[in-house]
Amino acid sequence: MGWVTTVSIWIIPSIIAFILVFGTLRKVPTYETFVEGAKEGVKMSFSIIPYLVGMLVAITVFRASGAMEFFISLFRPFLQMIGIPADIVPLALIRPLSGTGALGMTSDLIATHGPDSFIGRLASTMQGSTDTTFYVLTVYFGAVGIKKMGDALKVGLLADFIGVIASIIIVTIIFM
Amino acid sequence: MVNYIWVSLFVIGLVFAGINGTMGDVNEAIFKGASEAVTICIGLISVLTFWLGLMKIAEKSGLLKGLSRILSPFVKRLFPDVPKDHPAMGYILSNMSANMFGLGNAATPMGIKAMEELKALNGGKDEASRSMITLLAINTASITLIPTTVISIRMQYESIAPTEIVGTTILATACSTVGAILIDRFFYYRRIRKRV
Repeated sequence: MGWVTTVSIWIIPSIIAFILVFGTLRKVPTYETFVEGAKEGVKMSFSIIPYLVGMLVAITVFRASGAMEFFISLFRPFLQMIGIPADIVPLALIRPLSGTGALGMTSDLIATHGPDSFIGRLASTMQGSTDTTFYVLTVYFGAVGIKKMGDALKVGLLADFIGVIASIIIVTIIFM
Repeated sequence: MVNYIWVSLFVIGLVFAGINGTMGDVNEAIFKGASEAVTICIGLISVLTFWLGLMKIAEKSGLLKGLSRILSPFVKRLFPDVPKDHPAMGYILSNMSANMFGLGNAATPMGIKAMEELKALNGGKDEASRSMITLLAINTASITLIPTTVISIRMQYESIAPTEIVGTTILATACSTVGAILIDRFFYYRRIRKRV
């Protein structure tokens, strides 16, 4: 564990130092260039706001109304049939929709079942192995103004599904 | 399609709230959701500003190009329509490496920058290009080597071995990434066939 933490702490500062020293050696006006790039960052963050507000309000309404729970209970028997543990179903379904929701649920599962239980390990693996598809889609495409998303959403959601199935199979094989 | 999903989330939610008597929660949720979104974006300002500033130096000094030249043989096949020395390739690679090391807040700026370059390559159209969908798929599957957030949660709940899930996460994430790439290819060839 010790070395993982040490490496994590050193990565970012090392990257920063390397970029700055390399830039200086190549005679790049570092500070002016930084400011020039940073300005784009400011603009970009503001341009994401409308997309994220639209998407997040819709998702929050969906969750708060109880509709999400209803759909989860609808899917539960089917998912249980193909071998997905009942406790993990809500996490699997919320993971692509809401990052904070999934994180809350993961901590909750770990707290109730214990981090070293089967469910605890499975929740940890699932949380780490996929990302919030809706968020990634909204932020990445929103920031650069892509309106026609093509197959992106379908691909993202199917990949999430594979991640869930893979987590279950792998955790079962390794820890059982 | 996004339009329909978006509207359905609202309409289904509101209908349910009517039936369940949770309209009060929904009222609260509307503004909670909006403020959460703004909070996330405000949080992104610092990260995007800093990393995009730094990456501009990496771009101008030729570091990004060098990185693409060394690593592009591995990723070239994933993004066949991106020229080898194009800055987009450098950003794609930075985005993937940041994801791998669990540097989520560095990965997002690089990913957005990569998208911007890809959009320019696609003639500035507002339509997602093939490479954009591939990059997105890889990001939603998020290749992770060190899942830092999960490890810290496990430590909080006094796990005997907080890092024991690193191995399973790497395997699962590898599966979902490979899966994402295959699905992406499948849809790409289906699109081509439809066009012909």
